[in-house]
Amino acid sequence: MTTYILRRLIQTVVVILLLSYFCFYIMTLMPGDPVELMIQSNPKITSEDVARLRTLYGLDQPAYKRYLHWASTLVQGDLGYSRTYRVPVSELIGSKLINTFILSMSSLSLALMIAIPLGVLSALRAGSKLDYLVNFFAFAGISVPSFWLAIVLIIIFSVFFHLLPAGGTSTIGNELTGMAAILDRAKYLILPTMSLAYLQIGTFVRYTRSSMLEAMRNDYIRTAKAKGLSRQAVIWKHGFRNALLPLITVVTLSLSGIFSGALITESVFAYQGVGKLVYDSIIANDFNVAMVSFIISVTMVLIMNLLADVLYGFADPRISFK
Amino acid sequence: MTENIVSVRDLETTFYSKVGGFRAVNRISYDINKGETLGIVGESGCGKSVTSFSLMRLIEHPGKITNGQVLLQGRDLLKLSEPEMEMVRGGEMAMIFQEPMTALNPVLTIGAQIDEQILKHRKVTPIEAKERSIEMLNLVGIPSPSDRYHNYPHQLSGGMRQRAMIAMALSCDPTFLIADEPTTALDVTIQAQILELIQGLQEKLNMTVQFITHDLGVISEISDRVLVMYGGQTCEVAETQELFSHPRHPYTAALISSRPKFGQRVRRLKTIEGSVPAPYEYPPGCPFTNRCPFATEICQLEKPPLRELSSGHTVACFHPVE
Repeated sequence: MTTYILRRLIQTVVVILLLSYFCFYIMTLMPGDPVELMIQSNPKITSEDVARLRTLYGLDQPAYKRYLHWASTLVQGDLGYSRTYRVPVSELIGSKLINTFILSMSSLSLALMIAIPLGVLSALRAGSKLDYLVNFFAFAGISVPSFWLAIVLIIIFSVFFHLLPAGGTSTIGNELTGMAAILDRAKYLILPTMSLAYLQIGTFVRYTRSSMLEAMRNDYIRTAKAKGLSRQAVIWKHGFRNALLPLITVVTLSLSGIFSGALITESVFAYQGVGKLVYDSIIANDFNVAMVSFIISVTMVLIMNLLADVLYGFADPRISFK
Repeated sequence: MTENIVSVRDLETTFYSKVGGFRAVNRISYDINKGETLGIVGESGCGKSVTSFSLMRLIEHPGKITNGQVLLQGRDLLKLSEPEMEMVRGGEMAMIFQEPMTALNPVLTIGAQIDEQILKHRKVTPIEAKERSIEMLNLVGIPSPSDRYHNYPHQLSGGMRQRAMIAMALSCDPTFLIADEPTTALDVTIQAQILELIQGLQEKLNMTVQFITHDLGVISEISDRVLVMYGGQTCEVAETQELFSHPRHPYTAALISSRPKFGQRVRRLKTIEGSVPAPYEYPPGCPFTNRCPFATEICQLEKPPLRELSSGHTVACFHPVE
């Protein structure tokens, strides 16, 4: 078990290295560099200045040399400096990561709390009107683009009913503390959480339903009934316990997805998370910020993959780690 | 005077489909005496498993028990409420199944699965339940039972799993055991062991057994009396010895003569002409009519009543074989 995890971790590091170089290389292919931005903002700049700046920032070096330089400072703990925000990247990204983490976790828990009972219920009543209704909304959740849903939610809850703020992370200028601060944050969380959760609910409901249907068809369900167990015990202890296995994979993998994939939702709600930061930094040619964000996303995906495999081994005794 | 533990009266189980209802079990009646083994034999689709599931009230949608009585020690099981029935299942009446591979839940240990049943039916602590489970595993001849208690089903062989199933079924001292083809999925050598085990335990625990199989060899070994089923109906009931030496129903006679005989080499094995009709193709009369060499017009139109031809030998046929 430990050797398995160790080996997987080593693989993970290798993959991160390869992917980080790949990302770095792609960034160098993008039109424009930071010096060009300076040229635009300062018409008096001379071509000597430009050349001097390029050498200063190392932009005249080939991509692999720049990558090596960047990677070695990164390993030493220096994430670089954000040119647009004029703060070190580490300072910038920390609070945004926490914001994204809060948003991901709240939407994931909301999605699971709704999707699992719904999926189980519609599996148990497969073919009923309730099943069709649940499926209809699940498919809608899968099909509706997230930006559209986010805008509709803003129109309903912010524009029409004035119940919730249309965007932001917390009320600006309000120096709230304690409970009041938490409630203020929560108010800004509701809409992005809802729009992110709805997309996940669709997927989770479909997976829960199909794996539950499959589990309940097994012979051991009949055995459990023949033992005299109550319907609830049969459904949850024997049915759902087995249906859980494929769900673990879907949920953990989608978790890595929402860490990086909340980009659109965060942008629409102007929510100060990593997704929005990535978007802004790419638009602004802020390489250092973009690269660090990429690396975090890549790491999240890989770690979640590993977590899925490990959890799967715990949930299913038939799987052994070798 | 022997005591009837089980009395089935006019039991009818119907499965509903778009083309209409199909009576998988068509008004079947039989009794089983205390301590006796009644073998039910018949080919696939004759309704023998459905009969067993009807006794346990485990018929799933779209099937339904549409008529009759199932008396277990004088109590009509079909009139019990669901919670009352739960206490009967696995308590007074237990069942073992055909596929020991799939009848056990793969994600729970053997011990947990037996404990669960004991805890449902007996007022015991989990520790006492565990002791009882290990005692049962020992009783069914599983070596080092306290280790096996912690094993998962996939860690046991097929024969061991079936033993564990038997341990589970008998854990709450049922008065009546239904064995639904318990040896069909096993190797012949293991089959013999399991049969011996069931017989031994039956005597030891003074159980009444309904043993279902399509294997005439198995039935002749284990049962005191045999009920032959065809098309959801009783063809013939007799003591085992009598049935095999003097079959009176043409179907029974054909079944017995189609067995290969030891020491005789034949070019072709005898078969029964035709095959079991599709559910909607049954004639209004005797279900065996279109395959029966003795069939006349009356067989086609009228259902032959069960007649006692000699003491304890009952046949449903207008033209019994001499």
